[in-house]
Amino acid sequence: MSEILVLVEHVDGEVKKVTLELLTLARSLGSPSAVWAGPGYTPEAKARLAEYGAEKIYVADAEEITGYVVAPKAELLAKLVGEAAPGAVLIAATPEGKEVAGRLAIKTDSGVITDAVGVGEGFVAEQSIFGGGVNVKSRVTKGTPIIAVRPNSTAPEPAPAAGAEVQVTVELSDAARGAKIVERVKQEKGARPELTEAAIVVAGGRGVGSAENFALIERLADSLGAAVGASRAATDAQWYPHQFQIGQTGKTVSPQLYIAVGISGAIQHRAGMQTAKTIMAINKDPEAPIFELADFGVVGDLFKVVPQLVDEIEKRK
Amino acid sequence: MNIVVCVKQVPDTATERKLRPEDKTLDRDAADGVLNELDEYAVEEALRLKEAHGGEVTVLTMGPQKATETIRKALAMGADKAVHLVDDALHGSDTLSTSYALAKVLGTTGFDLVILGSESTDARTGVLAAMLAERLGVPQLTLARKVEVNGSSITIERLTDYGYDKVEGTLPAVVSVVEKINTPRYPSFKGIMAAKKKPVQTLSIADAGIDAGQVGLGAAWSEVAEFAVAPPRAAGTIVTDEGDGGVKAAEFLASKKFI
Ligand SMILES: Cc1cc2nc3c(=O)[nH]c(=O)nc-3n(C[C@H](O)[C@H](O)[C@H](O)COP(=O)(O)OP(=O)(O)OC[C@H]3O[C@@H](n4cnc5c(N)ncnc54)[C@H](O)[C@@H]3O)c2cc1C
Ligand SMILES: Cc1cc2nc3c(=O)[nH]c(=O)nc-3n(C[C@H](O)[C@H](O)[C@H](O)COP(=O)(O)OP(=O)(O)OC[C@H]3O[C@@H](n4cnc5c(N)ncnc54)[C@H](O)[C@@H]3O)c2cc1C
Repeated sequence: MSEILVLVEHVDGEVKKVTLELLTLARSLGSPSAVWAGPGYTPEAKARLAEYGAEKIYVADAEEITGYVVAPKAELLAKLVGEAAPGAVLIAATPEGKEVAGRLAIKTDSGVITDAVGVGEGFVAEQSIFGGGVNVKSRVTKGTPIIAVRPNSTAPEPAPAAGAEVQVTVELSDAARGAKIVERVKQEKGARPELTEAAIVVAGGRGVGSAENFALIERLADSLGAAVGASRAATDAQWYPHQFQIGQTGKTVSPQLYIAVGISGAIQHRAGMQTAKTIMAINKDPEAPIFELADFGVVGDLFKVVPQLVDEIEKRK
Repeated sequence: MNIVVCVKQVPDTATERKLRPEDKTLDRDAADGVLNELDEYAVEEALRLKEAHGGEVTVLTMGPQKATETIRKALAMGADKAVHLVDDALHGSDTLSTSYALAKVLGTTGFDLVILGSESTDARTGVLAAMLAERLGVPQLTLARKVEVNGSSITIERLTDYGYDKVEGTLPAVVSVVEKINTPRYPSFKGIMAAKKKPVQTLSIADAGIDAGQVGLGAAWSEVAEFAVAPPRAAGTIVTDEGDGGVKAAEFLASKKFI
């Protein structure tokens, strides 16, 4: 069985859920090998990767791998593709993950598929395009299939494996050192689940009316253990930080449940949430396009509906 | 400063978008073509940099004949001239071919800065800028919400999951922009009239020294095996709040086991 390389996503030493999803997916395609890039590798991280099926863990934890934009990760993966001749490389379809995939494709003269929502036999990838309007099956025909997979495409399941560690060093080219990261500015995140990984997302839009009123959205989110998102109208007005924007130019989410509150459902917004499994909308305008997508909608004033909904949820707990 | 902005013509997101059954490529005739939204931000940023530092803004597109409409829009915003790579052999190119072809043209135009949108609205792969940086061997300063040029050095704020990274590089470089970066200007009437007279250079693949074996559907590194229109979402239940909207919403969530 050929190796399937999975690029590990991690923050502050913690393995992200999407990586566990990709390892789960990789098991159905071959023998999963996790690839750790950058500092922060710990015994806990190793245990987590092994728990979810990593037979091998390539560790390249030199500082410089994450000290420059994207290119070093692509060089690391290209080296491993050359040495291990894997069946495929799976990368999370985040904006950065896709950039890594793109550079890797060129380095290895391989095809790349982005935003896969599933990968099956023969590395046939499923994509949902045009805002969910068309389903496509595509495959790489030259080189090593490089597939960027959307978070929440597979349910992560543990399946303990060896997790044999292989230390890797890469000699970065000068070109890979072209864009140096001089400072990382972290905006507060809080205790809620991460937006792209959350099973439930509650998002607020212009209808929420102010930054203070977003407390209502947060209350609903917390009652469900959900992440909070926002439309561009809300982030542009600085009611909520930009990293929580959902849509064409924000995050793409595909949670189990998406609740849109005071969001009209513009095409650019829909592009970021249309693949949610269940969609609920609360909006006072019965003509709002978001209702076209909604599995359940309430036409009404969010300032009346949401507090009542939160009370009901608390009661039922 | 010699700034090249890459722009793409895409089907209007407001119209129904389709693939062509015969070769499974985008049906460009089915919908109106418009300038990719994010590319307006790329053009705007180029114009601002030119206004601050001097130089020239060239628009570059690869696309069919009708993509000239898109070029005119960018020229009307204020770009100085344009290069249009148009050749039937390019039809069906994937991202590897597209980046190869654009890199070839950039090799002939020369550049201090190449600016792209971070993503197109049709294919949405979001890889082109990174691929161009790789092919051209220049710094990748992508997903920028702020760009500053100072002599030959360039700094951006790169959008990340957790906030942003400050990134430094030197020119020449490739930049991609997100929509937080600026507010694109509307073309003025004067700008629209002036655009009609601005030079647009048309290149075939031979003109640009592009190897026909590296582009087009036949050369693609990946293929669409099959596609189908997604079954429409089943119509949902919409209720009007009559004082019990929150309760009904909770009942729905309970029926789906979310609570
Ligand atoms: C290049 C580009 C990129 C873009 N990218 C994104 C993106 O990534 N994400 C994004 O979201 N948008 C994006 N947009 C913007 C998008 O076009 C819309 O403008 C935006 O999504 C609107 O946000 P909204 O739904 O919150 O606001 P609106 O469209 O103003 O809708 C507000 C809704 O709230 C309802 N409402 C008001 N008060 C109440 C109340 N008291 N109770 C209940 N309902 C109420 C109204 O009926 C209305 O439907 C982009 C646009 C462009 C041009
Ligand atoms: C629905 C669909 C899915 C596709 N999926 C894949 C895939 O998974 N893998 C693959 O290899 N190819 C794919 N393609 C082919 C791909 O669309 C083309 O190669 C395309 O020209 C570049 O991809 P993009 O628009 O996604 O670029 P992006 O990287 O999303 O675009 C970013 C920026 O690049 C610039 N740009 C993009 N195209 C041009 C152009 N022609 N001329 C000038 N500037 C340009 C613009 O500034 C744009 O804002 C797909 C095409 C479609 C229609």
